[in-house]
Amino acid sequence: MLGALIIVFREVIEAGIIVGIVMAVTQGVRGSRLTAGAGVAAGIVGASLVAAFAGALASALNGVGQELFNASILSLAVCMLAWHNIWMATHGRQLAAEARQLGQEVRSGARSLFALAVVVAVAVMREGSEIALFLYGLVAAGGTTANDLLVGSALGLAAGVAVSAVTYFGLVTIPPRRVFAVTTGLITFLAAGLAAQAANFLQQAGLATAMSDTAWDTSAILSDTSLFGRVLHTLIGYSDQPSVLQVVVYAATLAAIFALTKAFAPRTIARPPQTPLTQNG
Amino acid sequence: MTRTTPLSVFALAIALAAGAAAPALADDATQVQITLKDHKFDPAEPTVPAGKPIVIQLANQDATPAEFESKELRVEKVVAGGGSIIVKVRALKPGRYRFFDDYHEATTQGFLVAQ
Repeated sequence: MLGALIIVFREVIEAGIIVGIVMAVTQGVRGSRLTAGAGVAAGIVGASLVAAFAGALASALNGVGQELFNASILSLAVCMLAWHNIWMATHGRQLAAEARQLGQEVRSGARSLFALAVVVAVAVMREGSEIALFLYGLVAAGGTTANDLLVGSALGLAAGVAVSAVTYFGLVTIPPRRVFAVTTGLITFLAAGLAAQAANFLQQAGLATAMSDTAWDTSAILSDTSLFGRVLHTLIGYSDQPSVLQVVVYAATLAAIFALTKAFAPRTIARPPQTPLTQNG
Repeated sequence: MTRTTPLSVFALAIALAAGAAAPALADDATQVQITLKDHKFDPAEPTVPAGKPIVIQLANQDATPAEFESKELRVEKVVAGGGSIIVKVRALKPGRYRFFDDYHEATTQGFLVAQ
């Protein structure tokens, strides 16, 4: 039971943290809860489909279908996060400056919400498909221990949801005037981490062969399979044995999104007096 | 503008990826066949030459799905019950590289030995 709990928990954490961040980012925007819910629901449906067709997906495209699929949906999530940041830079700054007007901005906010719903769906689909396969394995194996394992899985899910809640409530306690800077930073690092994962899948597929050496090995100091390592892995893309390419992609994504976010921020608008983008947690 | 840009970049990325997917198997790669049965890898410690790319063909003869994973090899791939997958591995320096089934990490493991 403990084994099942741990396996489900560690898959849920990653999606849970992302859901928590998205909910905190969109807090106060009307329809945001519905959007997050729709993203989770779409992700669960997607996860079930991916799990059900795992065999077909694995053998598709000369045997690298799974890798390309993962790289594609991760890239999609990166684009959506980048777009959200740019959108917030162009529109959100006014919103933050004009304080509690967020509720009024539903029309424009809805466009950015869609992007974040896609991010939630991708996160849930990625992690959820592994859980779905694991549960399918439990059912296929049958036996008297299956119930026990299902209870463990349910507890693991509950624990993962709790992490999601902690993320959310942690973020919403940040003072409103700093929230914009913090969430922009968080989303940028989140996107860079996902981009590095996508790069790894392209390497695994044999499509990207350059820079495949291991850049560093810090697994003895902080393993990315430990709880704290996993949280860092999700939040900032920490990896204990990344390839050189992953590091390069990570840095490039980080730089590109920061640059684009800055470039799209209208300079003529009176900024709130505090420093805008230097905050990164 | 800002709406279409990321999407078109993404579409381009997909198109490039799909186009590049055609030559999937490198000719000079070392082929390794591993079977997963009763949650055991066979062979559990396959030996491969160092410095050459490797293609692992994993056949899962169990009814349950597994996730072939290795941190050192940077591989993570699910294999359906009764299914098989290919796993591409970069050219390795000599050493022992641990791999495992993520669903049974403690018991189902092996080492790829590059020499």
